[in-house]
Amino acid sequence: MNDGAGTTATPAQSPRTIPSPSSVDESSEKLYGLLAEFETPAAIVSAAKKVHEAGYKWWDCCAPFPVHGLDKAMGIRPTILPWLVLGAGITGGTLGMLLQWFTNATNLELWSGPIWVTGYAFLVSGKPFASVPTWIPVMFEMTVLLAAIGAVVFLLLLNKLPQLYHPCFKNERFARVTDDRFFIIIEAKDPLFYRAKTQQLLTSLGATAVEEVQA
Amino acid sequence: MNAAALAREDRYLGDLGPKLYVRLGGIGLGLIVVSLVLGFFAKDWDRFWRAYVVAYCFVISICLGGLFFTILQHLTRAGWSVAIRRISEGLASNLRWLWILFIPIVWIVWTDSEGGLYHWTLGAEAMREMGGAEAGLLAHKEAFLNPMFWTLRAALYFAIWFALAQFFVGNSIAQDTSGDPSITSRMQALAAPAMILYAFTQTFAAVDWLMTLEFAWYSTMFGVYFFAASCCGFGATMILLIYFLQRAGRVTESISIEHYHDMGKFLFAFGIVFWAYIAYSQYMLIWYANMPEETTWFMVRQLGSWKGLSLLLILGHFFIPFFFLLTRHTKRVKGVLAAAAAWMVAIHFIDMYWLVMPMVPIELVQSVDGDYAALVIAFQAPENAAYDLNWQLFDVTLMLGFAALMVAGTAFGLRSRSLVPEQDPRLAESLAFENY
Repeated sequence: MNDGAGTTATPAQSPRTIPSPSSVDESSEKLYGLLAEFETPAAIVSAAKKVHEAGYKWWDCCAPFPVHGLDKAMGIRPTILPWLVLGAGITGGTLGMLLQWFTNATNLELWSGPIWVTGYAFLVSGKPFASVPTWIPVMFEMTVLLAAIGAVVFLLLLNKLPQLYHPCFKNERFARVTDDRFFIIIEAKDPLFYRAKTQQLLTSLGATAVEEVQA
Repeated sequence: MNAAALAREDRYLGDLGPKLYVRLGGIGLGLIVVSLVLGFFAKDWDRFWRAYVVAYCFVISICLGGLFFTILQHLTRAGWSVAIRRISEGLASNLRWLWILFIPIVWIVWTDSEGGLYHWTLGAEAMREMGGAEAGLLAHKEAFLNPMFWTLRAALYFAIWFALAQFFVGNSIAQDTSGDPSITSRMQALAAPAMILYAFTQTFAAVDWLMTLEFAWYSTMFGVYFFAASCCGFGATMILLIYFLQRAGRVTESISIEHYHDMGKFLFAFGIVFWAYIAYSQYMLIWYANMPEETTWFMVRQLGSWKGLSLLLILGHFFIPFFFLLTRHTKRVKGVLAAAAAWMVAIHFIDMYWLVMPMVPIELVQSVDGDYAALVIAFQAPENAAYDLNWQLFDVTLMLGFAALMVAGTAFGLRSRSLVPEQDPRLAESLAFENY
């Protein structure tokens, strides 16, 4: 993502220590970020576009339902999840094939961990031992199984889920994110984050409220 | 979506319509005449009529797919597909006249006393006199497989398809002018019984016209196989028709890349994955049970050059398009998806060819008297080389001629009609539709 000018402009002094009118006497070390509330999907999409253009990196949008065009406005890169699922599926198909080859087409004997296992080449209705047509259902099922499980597991991992706590939960307004309000949260650790400047930006984007969130 | 551009777009075939149906209609009829001449010089009418059945099943499978897709959208009350539904209705509307091209096949069934096209037209008595081992089997099936009942059934299928096409296409077009939303409710209410009628007629037609080419063979999955194949042919044809319509400057705004993406998904799911699933299931059950009367059908398709064609289907109808269309990126580039669709139309034709063409000649079946191992050896003898894969020019000219007539018929059905169901209550939903 584009962060050229923003990164070089980062001051040596942490932006979090810059005093601002509303947070002078609070422990500024605990500031997590600024939470801006929007009332419509259209408002958050146009706001997200501006925040992205401003060069922020540590920020996110929260909405009660999937909003069309929000990913694009935020400048989020395409997910790599499909490739991970493809890999999981191919792994499953291969494992299914190897399993049947080992158990039905060989007499190999080996220790599988603490268990002694052996292939058992057994002639069934005159078919060859390595009988590919019979393998396909198991290969298919293994492909689907690992692809499906892989999709769920990688989805959780990529989204850093399950996440049981988030600083935004302390904010009372934020409760309406599951109902009818849309939020942008810009984190204080973003190199471009300046307490006043960021608040000004969010307000100028049409936020109905901008509030601090403590870590 | 740009509202101004949407208002400006050209939603009518206009002068393109007469060009398409006059020229393509002429080309189609011309190609059929050329095929007849080629058949005359080849002096192998049995072979010609098999090519005719291939071409006919190729075209009617695509149009039946159009009817299925149209009914399906009403059955599921789909919103996304409204903008493209008129094209599938155009294809389905061909079912109102395609029975005309079926008349020659009926004529053959009534006049072919030697069983050249459909072996069963020989009759059990004549087969027994010739000493055929399968005569007893045919005697059991004759109550069902006789020219009269066969023709009556075909007439029933065509009557039902005519009525269904008339109802769903006619009402949709009537809504364009009346804008009456109750038309949509009526089509939805009748979609469920229509789908049941479609499923039965399509299955029985596949059995009657294709499976009985080898009357001794049977597969309970055959109707579904034909259905999966027809979805493949239809899905690919619809993508191509819309692609070329947009190239010609029609419906450039209302049909978006999102609709291409979903048509690609339809082709992928029904035409590639579901087809492979059914084709494999049919093969596996027969291969595993290993009953001689069932396995001959696949055995012929593993002899000589037929083996190469069978492998081409496995690779070209499943593995290659599966991995090619698996990613969303290929489905979201119009030219790439259209190229994949062109490939799938071609492979669908090869699939129909593969269903019809490989045959055990009746004399050969009778000469081995039920000894199937002898049949394998006999098929490979030099004098039976004619039964191996041998492309004839009229295979292709007939198919192209029928396809040209189908596109001409579609253009004729959509002449002076909007290419988008203008007054469908879900059109706005379809225009705003987006994929994730």
